[in-house]
Amino acid sequence: MKRLFSSINIRELLRPIGQLAIFSLGSAVILSAIVLLLALIMDKTAVGLGVLARFHVSLFTYTLVNLPQVLIDGLTIGFVYAAIALGYTMVYGVLEFINFAHSEIFAVGAFVGVEILIFLDGLGILSAVPNWAAFLILIGAILAGMLASGLLAVAVERVAYRPLRGASSRLVPLISAIGVSFFLQDAIRMTESLTTGQFNRIFPTFGNFDDRLKFGELPMGANMITLGVSIKSIIVIIAAVLMLVGLNYLVNATKIGKAIRAVAQDRTTANLMGINVNYIISFTFLVGGLLGGAAGVLYALKFTRIDPFVGFFPGLKAFTAAVLGGIGNITGALLGGIVLGMLETFAGSYLGVFTIGAAGTEYKDIFAFGILILVLIFRPQGLMGENVSQKA
Amino acid sequence: MSKRLFAVASLLIVASMLLAACGAPAAATQAPAAADKVIKIATQSPLSGDMSAVGVDIKRGAELALNQLGAPLAGMGFKVELAPFDDQGNPDTGVANAKQIVSDPAILCVVGHYNSGVQIPSSEVYHTSGLANVSPANTNPKVTTRGYPEINRIVGRDDVQGVVGADFAAEKGVKSVFVVHDKTAYGQGIAEFFKKESEAKGMQVLGFEGTEEKANFDALLSPIMAANPDLVYFGGMYGQAAVLFKQARAKGFQGMFMSDDGFDSSDAAKIGGQSLIDGAGTYYSTVSGPATLYPGTAKFITDFKAAYNSDPQPFAAQGYDSMAICLKAIEDAAKANNNAVPTRESVAKAIRALKDFVGITGTFTFNSIGDPTSAKYFVIKVDSADPTAWSKNSIAETLDIAPPQ
Repeated sequence: MKRLFSSINIRELLRPIGQLAIFSLGSAVILSAIVLLLALIMDKTAVGLGVLARFHVSLFTYTLVNLPQVLIDGLTIGFVYAAIALGYTMVYGVLEFINFAHSEIFAVGAFVGVEILIFLDGLGILSAVPNWAAFLILIGAILAGMLASGLLAVAVERVAYRPLRGASSRLVPLISAIGVSFFLQDAIRMTESLTTGQFNRIFPTFGNFDDRLKFGELPMGANMITLGVSIKSIIVIIAAVLMLVGLNYLVNATKIGKAIRAVAQDRTTANLMGINVNYIISFTFLVGGLLGGAAGVLYALKFTRIDPFVGFFPGLKAFTAAVLGGIGNITGALLGGIVLGMLETFAGSYLGVFTIGAAGTEYKDIFAFGILILVLIFRPQGLMGENVSQKA
Repeated sequence: MSKRLFAVASLLIVASMLLAACGAPAAATQAPAAADKVIKIATQSPLSGDMSAVGVDIKRGAELALNQLGAPLAGMGFKVELAPFDDQGNPDTGVANAKQIVSDPAILCVVGHYNSGVQIPSSEVYHTSGLANVSPANTNPKVTTRGYPEINRIVGRDDVQGVVGADFAAEKGVKSVFVVHDKTAYGQGIAEFFKKESEAKGMQVLGFEGTEEKANFDALLSPIMAANPDLVYFGGMYGQAAVLFKQARAKGFQGMFMSDDGFDSSDAAKIGGQSLIDGAGTYYSTVSGPATLYPGTAKFITDFKAAYNSDPQPFAAQGYDSMAICLKAIEDAAKANNNAVPTRESVAKAIRALKDFVGITGTFTFNSIGDPTSAKYFVIKVDSADPTAWSKNSIAETLDIAPPQ
């Protein structure tokens, strides 16, 4: 027993949790400081007066009172992006190509999980179960989604990427990935229309996931702003943290992780050292797929409705998050996801107020991506990317 | 060199084979069309995708009408066929289908479109070739205000529907509203009419936002929660509206929700569930009441159930009536043409010439721009979180209003 404990590398378990806490706190503090500063500056302008007329509070108070909820929401979506971004970054780290089919692997995970739950709901099981059993069922659905996505990712690699690995240009597997992405979208569409007749699937309501924990209320003029977080958001955050910690441990503290890092550094030499490169690459896709599948089911849990194209936007944003953090870097994917989720939620929540309704929530993506362009101009390797030129 | 030549030659051969393959069936359908007097009536509605529940039933309604009311034309020696098209609720697809439709000379009438944003660009194509279009569901004023002689609708208009919604909210004592729309011609259009009338009625409009977001409304909900309006109005379709309402309720919003006829689908209850009933409840205005409401629909519902084994979705009965109008107009035009296949122009004229045509959802006479001279508007309250009970939602208000001139 003692030996088992000593074989666990505690440091590698704690390090990502520490990083997550620092990243979350750091981006929260920086972004909060920026909006509060902006609010102070604009308090006496037309913007502040507009808020005063509508809500009977100063712009600064408005910003401050809304801040906690914005932070919670931003963090939740940020963790979802981070979990998907890990799949992109893992594959890039090992193969140096963008697996654009990852967004569909995510979607397949979501569909498998939701279809299982809909099936159970149809049997009348879901509505009757107590809360603890609901959690077990949810975990089962997540595991099923993970398994389906993991196996699919391995199959995709075997069929669509491996034959092209020797190709002269890195663009060849990239095009293949885009093709797989379209293929999978329509495969889901076809399967769903043939079996259920509609591909707009809805996460069944069960357990107490929709309940909301209330922390309290903040007064804002005559209104009260309720502070709270729903159980499902907590589940999303906890699951994402577990995935991140698990992945970090796998890559940094196990033998197979060492092999993955070796293949990422130099495939030929790793092969000479007796590492089965094909096996390691398949394994990398498996892990990326497992994470993507879990993220898919969690996404469906949080946002209720999925369709075959559900992967596109989260996939695109997670890819951006991976690039922002420094693609190929696991810690970077975490940071990128959190920063992007936060930026987006801040922009969506405050843009309307700060522009007197001229540019509302609809411009949140433009705003968030504008900032990303700025960041990448000054740090083209991404926030955490350092040793990108390790390969000749 | 010879290798490259070979490649080019083989490409050319493949291309010519493809062309031949494309050309052949088109020629084949044209030739017998003249001989057997085949007439086709096209439907365009979303048969796949988010809105397919309603779109498929528009097609089924039209199909049922063709089967039941096609006899007079068949008696005149015509073979009448249905040509269903899937516009996917997407303007690009709708226009591409429209081009295909106008290029088939056997098609004399189009029953179509669920989404105004699809109908408006597609009908430009119908207009250029003089093809008659009867719309079962499109409510954007632009559908008819362009004044095209071929384009008609049998339902009301958003500039009335938005006003009906705002007036109803005012009667319910709503003091402040937050208006959200989906940035489509339909959703934004109706939201603007709602906003204008709300301001005229003295309600405070706390926000007006457009969004294409389908899943994560957290960011949009922050300003809504901060504004804490009595009513959140959504101009657009149920796929977005129900998710928004559910997330708003989850955040603790206790006020009233209101939407438009795009909300009218049992899937709204499937997504929103109990959150639509909680708080001050959910209402939607519509131009198409539940099929049970209309006096002539009892037989339609029975027949529809017998044929398709499900309750008709909203607008299925309108699909039936649109088809009936097409059939009647083609019949009139053919009679005037000595029982020969009428021209598209004469069919379009025959639709406008109809006087008090008795359909199952009303009696139709079209005015000079193609609006029905009187249309029904309803405000409906969501009564149950159970999707199967959607068609039993109670009607809070019924109005007969003539279209604005």
